[in-house]
Amino acid sequence: METDQQGLYRPEFEKDSCGVGFIANMKGNKSHQIVSDALTMLERMEHRGACGCEPNTGDGAGILIQVPHEFYISECRKIGFKLPEFGSYGVGLVFFPRDAKVREECRKVLDRQIKKMKMTLLGYRVLPTNNKDLGETALKAEPVMEQVFIKRPDKTTNPDDFERKLFILRKYTTHIVTESVKGVDNQFYFSSLSYKTIAYKGMVTSGQLRPYFADLEHEDVVTALAVIHSRFSTNTFPSWRLAQPFRFIAHNGEINTVRGNINWLNSKEAFFASKYFTREELDMILPICNPKQSDSSNLDNTIELLVHAGRSLPHVMMMLIPEAWDGNESMSQEKRDFYEYHANLMEPWDGPASITFTDGKIVGATLDRNGLRPSRFVVTDDDMVIMASEVGVLDIDPAKVVTKGRLQPGKMFVVDLEQGRIVSDDELKKEICNRQPYGKWLRDNKVRLQDLPEPGGSFHKYDPVTFLKRQISFGYTSEDLRMILAQMCETGKEALGSMGNDTPLAVLSKQAQHLSSYFKQLFAQVTNPPIDPIRERLVMSLVSHVGGSLNLLEESPEHCITLELPTPVLTNTEMERIRYIDHRHLQTKTIYTYFKADGKPGSLEKGLNRVCQYVTDAIEDGFTIIILSDRSFDSGHTQIPSLLAVAAVHHDLIRKGLRGKVGLLVEAGDVWETHHYATLLGYGASGVNPYLVYQTIHDMKKRNVLKEELTEEKAIANYRKAVAGELLKIMSKMGISTLQSYHGAQIFEALGIHPEVIDQYFTGTVSRIGGLKLDDIAREALAKHQLAFPKTANWLPHLAVGGVYQWKQRGEVHLFNPQTIHLLQQSTKVNDYALFKKYSNLINDQSERAITLRSLLKFKKGKSIPISEVESKESIFKRFATGAMSFGSISYEAHSTLAVAMNHIGGKSNSGEGGEDEMRFARNENGDWENSAIKQVASGRFGVTSYYLTNAKELQIKMAQGAKPGEGGQLPGHKVDEWIGRVRHSTPGVGLISPPPHHDIYSIEDLAQLIYDLKNANRDARISVKLVSEAGVGTIASGVAKAHADVILIAGHDGGTGASPISSIRHAGLPWELGLAEAHQTLVRNKLRGRVVLQADGQIRTGRDLAIAALLGAEEWGVATAALVTTGCIMMRKCHLNTCPVGVATQNKELRALFTGKPEYVVNLFTFLAEELREIMAELGFRTINEMVGQADRLELRGEDEHWKYQNLDLSPLLFKEPMSLDTALFKQEEQDHGIENVLDRKLIQLAQPALKKTEPVQGEFVISNQDRAVGAMLSNEISKIYLGPGLPADTVRMKFTGTAGQSFGAFVTGGVTFELEGDANDYFGKGLSGGKLILYPSATATFNPSKNIIVGNVAFFGGTSGEAFIKGMAGERFAVRNSGVKVVVEGVGDHGCEYMTGGTVVVLGDTGRNFAAGMSGGVAYVWDVNKTFVKNCNMEMVLLDTLNEEDEQLLHTMIEQHGKHTNSEVAAHILGYWASTFKNFIKVMPIDYKAVLEKRKAEKKSAAQTTLGNTDFKFSSN
Amino acid sequence: MGKPTGFLEQQRELPGKRDPKKRINDYNEVDPVVDEKITVKQASRCMDCGIPFCHHGCPLGNIIPEFNDAVYQENWKLAYEILISTNNFPEFTGRICPAPCEASCVLGINKPAVAIEYIEKSIIERAFQDGYAKPRIPTSRTDRKVAVVGSGPTGLAAAAQLNYAGHAVTVFERADEIGGLLRYGIPDFKLDKQVVDRRVQLMTEEGVKFQTNANVGVNVSVEQLKEEFDAILLCGGSTIPRDLPIPGRELKGVHFAMDFLTQQNRRVGGKKVNAEEIWATGKNVVVIGGGDTGSDCVGTSNRHGAKLVTQIEILSKPPKDRTATMPWPSWPMILRTSTSHEEGCDRNWSIVTKEFVGDEQGNLKALRIAEVEMKTQPGKAPAFVEVPGTEKEIPCELALLAMGFLHPQHTGLLDQLGVDKDERGNVKATKYQTSAESIFAAGDMRRGQSLVVWAISEGREAARAVDQYLTGQTVLEAKEQGILSLMD
Repeated sequence: METDQQGLYRPEFEKDSCGVGFIANMKGNKSHQIVSDALTMLERMEHRGACGCEPNTGDGAGILIQVPHEFYISECRKIGFKLPEFGSYGVGLVFFPRDAKVREECRKVLDRQIKKMKMTLLGYRVLPTNNKDLGETALKAEPVMEQVFIKRPDKTTNPDDFERKLFILRKYTTHIVTESVKGVDNQFYFSSLSYKTIAYKGMVTSGQLRPYFADLEHEDVVTALAVIHSRFSTNTFPSWRLAQPFRFIAHNGEINTVRGNINWLNSKEAFFASKYFTREELDMILPICNPKQSDSSNLDNTIELLVHAGRSLPHVMMMLIPEAWDGNESMSQEKRDFYEYHANLMEPWDGPASITFTDGKIVGATLDRNGLRPSRFVVTDDDMVIMASEVGVLDIDPAKVVTKGRLQPGKMFVVDLEQGRIVSDDELKKEICNRQPYGKWLRDNKVRLQDLPEPGGSFHKYDPVTFLKRQISFGYTSEDLRMILAQMCETGKEALGSMGNDTPLAVLSKQAQHLSSYFKQLFAQVTNPPIDPIRERLVMSLVSHVGGSLNLLEESPEHCITLELPTPVLTNTEMERIRYIDHRHLQTKTIYTYFKADGKPGSLEKGLNRVCQYVTDAIEDGFTIIILSDRSFDSGHTQIPSLLAVAAVHHDLIRKGLRGKVGLLVEAGDVWETHHYATLLGYGASGVNPYLVYQTIHDMKKRNVLKEELTEEKAIANYRKAVAGELLKIMSKMGISTLQSYHGAQIFEALGIHPEVIDQYFTGTVSRIGGLKLDDIAREALAKHQLAFPKTANWLPHLAVGGVYQWKQRGEVHLFNPQTIHLLQQSTKVNDYALFKKYSNLINDQSERAITLRSLLKFKKGKSIPISEVESKESIFKRFATGAMSFGSISYEAHSTLAVAMNHIGGKSNSGEGGEDEMRFARNENGDWENSAIKQVASGRFGVTSYYLTNAKELQIKMAQGAKPGEGGQLPGHKVDEWIGRVRHSTPGVGLISPPPHHDIYSIEDLAQLIYDLKNANRDARISVKLVSEAGVGTIASGVAKAHADVILIAGHDGGTGASPISSIRHAGLPWELGLAEAHQTLVRNKLRGRVVLQADGQIRTGRDLAIAALLGAEEWGVATAALVTTGCIMMRKCHLNTCPVGVATQNKELRALFTGKPEYVVNLFTFLAEELREIMAELGFRTINEMVGQADRLELRGEDEHWKYQNLDLSPLLFKEPMSLDTALFKQEEQDHGIENVLDRKLIQLAQPALKKTEPVQGEFVISNQDRAVGAMLSNEISKIYLGPGLPADTVRMKFTGTAGQSFGAFVTGGVTFELEGDANDYFGKGLSGGKLILYPSATATFNPSKNIIVGNVAFFGGTSGEAFIKGMAGERFAVRNSGVKVVVEGVGDHGCEYMTGGTVVVLGDTGRNFAAGMSGGVAYVWDVNKTFVKNCNMEMVLLDTLNEEDEQLLHTMIEQHGKHTNSEVAAHILGYWASTFKNFIKVMPIDYKAVLEKRKAEKKSAAQTTLGNTDFKFSSN
Repeated sequence: MGKPTGFLEQQRELPGKRDPKKRINDYNEVDPVVDEKITVKQASRCMDCGIPFCHHGCPLGNIIPEFNDAVYQENWKLAYEILISTNNFPEFTGRICPAPCEASCVLGINKPAVAIEYIEKSIIERAFQDGYAKPRIPTSRTDRKVAVVGSGPTGLAAAAQLNYAGHAVTVFERADEIGGLLRYGIPDFKLDKQVVDRRVQLMTEEGVKFQTNANVGVNVSVEQLKEEFDAILLCGGSTIPRDLPIPGRELKGVHFAMDFLTQQNRRVGGKKVNAEEIWATGKNVVVIGGGDTGSDCVGTSNRHGAKLVTQIEILSKPPKDRTATMPWPSWPMILRTSTSHEEGCDRNWSIVTKEFVGDEQGNLKALRIAEVEMKTQPGKAPAFVEVPGTEKEIPCELALLAMGFLHPQHTGLLDQLGVDKDERGNVKATKYQTSAESIFAAGDMRRGQSLVVWAISEGREAARAVDQYLTGQTVLEAKEQGILSLMD
């Protein structure tokens, strides 16, 4: 029952992620217990799944088991047919349509196909199901579930062959039914069809699965393995068939590159051939993928194909989800060869993934290269293997545990039931890698760019005559040279900008645009994490392969005859080398991409058709590399925008089934910014030669505009480095690690391109508001061309000024310009509403120069009412918030001015991500209150303590930032003064990194967990989630609503920022109008709207903006830049340089003294905004905001005589209003059920009363399970309320727990609390630890060696600020990430340990994984490197390895002693026992900057007087 | 941007002017020095603002941050190219512009503004010195002819631009030398006439034709002009001075400022005065009017060797600093002290002149003046009211009326052309087109008296209008519209 697109919602936006796991008996012993245990596991992971609008409708759950042969025999006998022996029949679980007539039609098709394939139908069995507990939504879509039993053809003796036939039958039948049965839609579906396995699944909650399928409770249903899955989908319309497991896999994760993967697979289908399939059979199963299905199901389809075509299941998994091999020195040569070889066959299906797979004989799991999903396993002494997203999902006697482990990034884990053992990653992969001499094949065939012969000549000589013409014709501006190219050449990095973007969208701009400006980069938020391309560089790769690919279903030496490009930015020499390549089947054809510059309709189309035809001809002629070149250019012909040319050819070839045969390269003059490269690569180019950039660099050098000491060669090298670095950033924004996967993945939304153009040339790209047609694109290109070839000879050709990054009189228009800034500042300063109206008229009247989408809208007249009847401005005030700006990015003066103003009017100011000085929590003597009502929780977790959380009215989780979604941030050391260092719990002078992802949010269920943590940490605060507008934000918002957020903020792409790469400011994200409308529509449609407040922000400037936001669905608004301007900001756009001359965005004391803003000005602004809004409300006849929210039909298109560029814009999807029913809520009306009524903390608080009231020590003991999550957060909240930041005296509250702790055990635990846990723990242990003490050791009865076994999950102590912890055992990935003060001892850690750490002490008494100390800027780690493996695992970019001095020895000894005392650690005992020798094996890991600062401070200590402003005395909070 | 922290490290500093005591002995420029070291340092103070208010404040839309940056990089040629792309005559504005750009400089919010005008002058002087300020001769010629009437800054700017567009341009000037106010209005100690000559020479080399002593409507017939040229652009300036019709106006010794200044410029230029000579030597001089022209009269009188120079102004004394009613970045009406004031002058405000008092020979001997204050009455425009008991006489043998200009001269050219005028008596020309076909107007003649920088801007924009009229399009640089604009 998938619903069609309406309004802004599109079904393809839907995403899911989940809990997965399996349980198996290694020896293959079947039992019903396994089924029962598997279902218990599911039930215990209930919190990882989600419910829709009704609590009893789940997103989906399922179980896959081996075929319970004996059970089916007896069941079928009851029905009246007899099953043959196991293996001689296949059983399918079929979802039939509910409509009886349609159902029978389907059945007829199926019966016919069975016969046609020479198989015999044995019979159908209607599955006994019990739907009495299902919710209404699930019931509405419930299929009729039947099993079909099919007898093996006698001729087919090999079971694998039979399985393959069943696969063909299933595929073909599904194709035929979908095409031929009327009214079937998507309701006919095989959950599975196999002789080995069967999947029971449906749109149920994990708890409903057992009762729904009666079979599952039957004692005779036995299996030796079970794969389970519970789904948490962001989507609004859960569907029965999207439940998992699929036939081979259960997937927790998301394939970010799925669009490209499907395209590439489709483009290879034409030359499939396999000894396992006849040609006819291949035709029956194609197409393999379906873009309309989920990413996971497409992945399953592909795996299935490759397995049936003869590769083993683990082999296929390695192909699709390779480890990070490129540049991994420590990987064995044979494994690297395997991966390198297969990279020629297939690009990675990239994204976070924990995949459990089975073919019925083996069961296994693998993790993506970055390890972004948790997978923990336990092996017991009775041969059971249990693997799941969490530990503790099954009660296991600790005494029986042999191993406790976790899957490592890129690793695989297989249980072979036939061999009866676990096959290790090493053994498994070794065998696969040695199947063929992959290394030899590569050496013999692969061509490397540097090995190609020197080219004879060059096309690319600098030609002063055409040079300037080309620059002009391609649209270069002097600003591009100055701000973009010069920066890149001189620094090797892209320039930074600040204060967002207030220029028109490309489609609204009346300056001729670059075509790529119509394409907005998509980015990861919530459902998958972005990557840190700098600190986690080792998982990323820019390598690509050019040349035709061969049949995917076979492998041969010839498969790797491709040309390897180490980076996509090609030099002139490299381009010529490729142009003249002649190597076996590698030959190159250059095709010119021009069209006739006659301005006639259809000229561009003709040009494109010609290019496509020439390319096809070249392929027929056997060329395998095509260069699309725009060098052919004269007064009569102009270049086709390179992006259009590439995309047109790419899609034309896909449609013709030829795309796999060639590699596309581009030689283009219209490529200079990083975004230009991103779009070209995203639409199919493998490499780009920006010849005009090189000429421009030459010219700039000649004109002396580049630094003198910079040679041309160095400038070019820097430029290429900058592009490469930024490309990594763009890819990582979306969570994509390899260029190969990004290639053709179309990670863009088009904004302002007509569907005609999209469907033909950018097929599959989302484009929701129409826009330019082909002739319009031509017209825009011609406008530039005419400048290059003017009719008047006398024009002195020169570049346009640009004016995008800096306001220019002859450039692009800006909302904030000298006039509007002045009027806004003056009107709020002197409290002059009439003057403010002048300002708002200038902003609102965009009739001559539209900037925002909303400028094209107008209000529909209604019956107006007197303004006195409209709700008061005071009641509107509480809906206002100022934007998140951190103390650090802006000055204390600016930050507190906003806070005081907002508290004064009852609105909310936002702390931003920098923490907040505790002295601001209490009111000043004069009544001013500097406390920010909204406290932000961002990826850096700076200063996020229990006390900080306690002092908030709203806790905002920043998933993304409008100006740089998907990117992290960096506060340079020079901005971190004493004060900021203290507030952020870091070292002054040492730079701070905000990682791109929250390391505790890799998926929607993780976000749900953080929301839960924060709600526990402050029950009175609303939990808000900040999202950035992009295609699909509506479905994400639904997921977030299901994750129990109270507020969802949709930020526009254009919001301000302290510092961001300028390409991100302009090219990532979408206007809030689209995101807000989509979020509202989708939430309404899903009946979730009533549970959340929707807030909008991004360039909101006037009452009209507020009114439009309200009508599109927002009941609250954030205003940031305008508020900042009233305090004096003059849009200097130099925030990142710390030189703000008006004291707003600087920490320089001299400049801060120049701040002149006053809270009154800000109050005046909000008063004016409210007044203006009230005037509009009166005119439209709305008495309250609530009446107004979501009434999108009160808006209409301006529809005046519009500029030609706007003619085909269609904003009607924005104004779509979901059909209403009686219970449709359009604004927040009910509270979320956070499920914290009965948490363990309630008991802890009760027990702790004497401590809370009288500081008396208390103790308690509890049994704990994985369902007890965030234990300690609520207790700490209670303590923080009374005892503020420091908490209670040490050890006042001592609690002992036994069992497996749920996620976030000890989160935000404050001073005076000591938790002792006997057992083990899940992810986020000690998250945000705020002074408490955590002790963890394995159960006393456990026999396994804790220092070799995983006892605590991933991301422990993330963002901890103070406290101590002692862990007897190993921890998972990202241990102590962004720790800023916790002292902890642990006996081993996984990859990325101590990442981004800024303070604290970490002692590792054992091994570490790779990438230890990446981005670590403070604190110290001591690693006991007894195995001498540490050095290669340490990321040395920011740290040095030091020897230990006496002080260190003292500290270390004490900590280990305590560790031994608290946990009885054998390792500690050993080390202390042999201290003299063991001590020598310790390595001290010391951040370089940190060391320098410490030493400097030591030297200064004698004379030092601490800064007075940052007085550490705190005042008592009135909270 | 040159140096992000430059403004924190450098103070505003200009090369010293010549000693007032010495400079009043000649008519050479008061501040002739260009010290490139200072210029580069000053350029480093530019903050390259996200919104360069200076660039908005400049009537020409000079791209100030970019040329500042180039100067900081010591890429003088690049700076020149940026500067010349928006301003035909930086050597004029670099000397005599009141620099509205500096008034709106962001640094000016709380620190002395960037020395933009001085940087501008440095760039253009360096360009002449190094020889890359050379003629830009159009590569091809249209067959269109344009007459520009008036050779002040507007006429010159328009002529230069129209010439770049390939049209044949002739400039008609009724005086004996080209330059208008630049030539005979502004004293040499502010603008050395060689600077004007240098520019006129350059334009001549570029192909602009100049006709002096050609008073259209008097010795050049309007009809002939219309016949000969495809378009006529009127740039005659605002030349009718505001008079002071009080008793004694007819006395000898009461003169319009411009008559006084022109004479002196002619003398310095080695020309005959051709009129009754006006001298300030040994006299009590009163300059009536507190503006720039008045200030020029002060400087010139001191150079004549006046006994005492007094300047009176009816408006009240402006404040030293900005007040709430004139916030940054608006143009502030604050007390400005010109170089001429530095040379000695008794400045008085809130003074009305009631009578010119003469001796028996009809010579001026004194001025009767009184103090006034501004009274605002509800419902009425504010008015000056005399403060009772403040009337007095001050000795004065030479009174110079420097109270601004009313409108262009109507007799002759304008009357003969019959173009419409606006309510202020200026030529009515929306988008520079007058009511008569093919006749355009620009500059003070169109917008009323204003600054040289506005005059240049008017000339440039009018040239676009004329070019558009002649060819149906224009490729000339516009002030507000970029070349990438999609206008249709």
